[in-house]
Amino acid sequence: MIAIFKKELNHFFSSLIGYLSIGIFLLITGSLLWFFKGGVLDYGYATLESLFNLAPVVFLILIPAVTMRSFSEEKNMGTLELLMTKPLRDIDIILGKYLAALVLVIFSILPTFIYFYSVYKLGAPVGNVDTGGVWGSYIGLLFLGASFTAIGIFCSTLSSNQIVAFILAASLCAATYWLFDIISDFPMFSNGLDYFIQQLGINAHYKSISRGIVDTRDIIYFLSVIVLFLAGTKTVLESRKW
Amino acid sequence: MSITLKNLSKTYGTQKAVDSISFDIPTGQIVGFLGPNGAGKSTTMKMLTGFISPTSGSATINGLDIEKDALEVRKLVGYLPENNPQYTDMYVAEYLHFVASVYQLGKNAHSKVEEMISITGLTPERKKKIGQLSKGYRQRVGIAQAMIHDPKVLILDEPTSGLDPNQLVDIRNLIIQLGKEKTVILSTHIMQEVQAMCDRAIIINQGVIVADDRIELLTSNDKKRQEIEVEFIEVVDKNLLLAIDGIKEAHPLKGNGWKLISDKKTDMRVALFEFAKNNQFTLIKIQVNEHNMEEVFKDLTKKK
Repeated sequence: MIAIFKKELNHFFSSLIGYLSIGIFLLITGSLLWFFKGGVLDYGYATLESLFNLAPVVFLILIPAVTMRSFSEEKNMGTLELLMTKPLRDIDIILGKYLAALVLVIFSILPTFIYFYSVYKLGAPVGNVDTGGVWGSYIGLLFLGASFTAIGIFCSTLSSNQIVAFILAASLCAATYWLFDIISDFPMFSNGLDYFIQQLGINAHYKSISRGIVDTRDIIYFLSVIVLFLAGTKTVLESRKW
Repeated sequence: MSITLKNLSKTYGTQKAVDSISFDIPTGQIVGFLGPNGAGKSTTMKMLTGFISPTSGSATINGLDIEKDALEVRKLVGYLPENNPQYTDMYVAEYLHFVASVYQLGKNAHSKVEEMISITGLTPERKKKIGQLSKGYRQRVGIAQAMIHDPKVLILDEPTSGLDPNQLVDIRNLIIQLGKEKTVILSTHIMQEVQAMCDRAIIINQGVIVADDRIELLTSNDKKRQEIEVEFIEVVDKNLLLAIDGIKEAHPLKGNGWKLISDKKTDMRVALFEFAKNNQFTLIKIQVNEHNMEEVFKDLTKKK
């Protein structure tokens, strides 16, 4: 597993993929938070809320872009056969690739601590920030990124074409993020079902953690999503043997 | 490190890619796995290396079941897949280090990588990306990655396809050199290759084994059939040729050449020389075609 993990991570950082995705994430979130209308300076409150509202949307595009090649390219170039005939378990290959992509996601989140530090210092009086909410939001964002990564890895096993993998992953991420919220708004679900439908989506749990309360139900939800899609990945990889 | 296949079959939908093949390869033998394209060679190799599962039947390598002990089997086997897939954006040494870490060579990794680079003659290319290498060098990288963990069994799927004649000889010699004391299965559709490298040939057609024997036995001229190529300066009538005792068929070749088929076991060259002398033809070429692998192959795979 470690061999695969290293190889994937090397690939991200020996090509432009790693720097580009981290750079673009920081560029978009940074400019919207600080420079554009409606940013922190404009708004007048010491809060990082706009960062945490925006980050999932950026991840929606960036994570599928990072993960789209992971299995698609191997399938397309035939190197999957090379990997699969080495003494590696399927799960080693999947986890190696998953964790490498996750590290890239974490690396793109880490520099935003500077935003937090700045806002913290800008507060009047200094430190007048909902620190608990921010930490909760970071944990939420991490789990959200981890879920999107699992979805992206899963989608890249479905096709040997990277663009197909990207579109599938972006759609599936968007669906798990928003779709259940939208469906729960349908009038026919106003009888109380709407709550349960909302709970199926990522957004409800992301919002819940963002409040600064790390609820085990939310953690279990995110872990289930990750396990579900990684297990799906394993099933698709094994399907070559059927 | 013997390899045993028992009624191994693979069915894709309704199509039988490999239809109940069985054979046994003792330790140290180099076996040529022959067959036309689509005969089931690659499918068999993919099953042996655990990339796909057989529909039915079983196979063992060194007594280990290819399905139940898949991971153990993979440690014993070095495999070069068809078309030699590679990570084209990795550097040669980087890639071999990666493969070494996959095989968990640990402390030996570095010396093993260096050893493979020098044995396969990759030293001048070691700092290039695999994508920049010529096909021959890329094939060397493919062989190096298959050999790095010193496997007891080598499975090479068309190791020489698409190479130029010089590269072909190089790669062949490399395989012969590295294949010593190993059990090797290599697939190809080039007959000369089998004659040059292998002890034994298994010929497969439409998923079924049609011949399995030592090369000498397969090519020995035991058939009652001789093929002679002759050429005269003059134009010779076909009927005259057919009138010669023992000549059954005469096919015109370019110029005034003829391909003659005889059913006699005696040397027809004498009769042909006499024929030319009696008819005052000038015989400028006479050549008995050896019954080679190519013909054995054609005979065996054409019938169906």
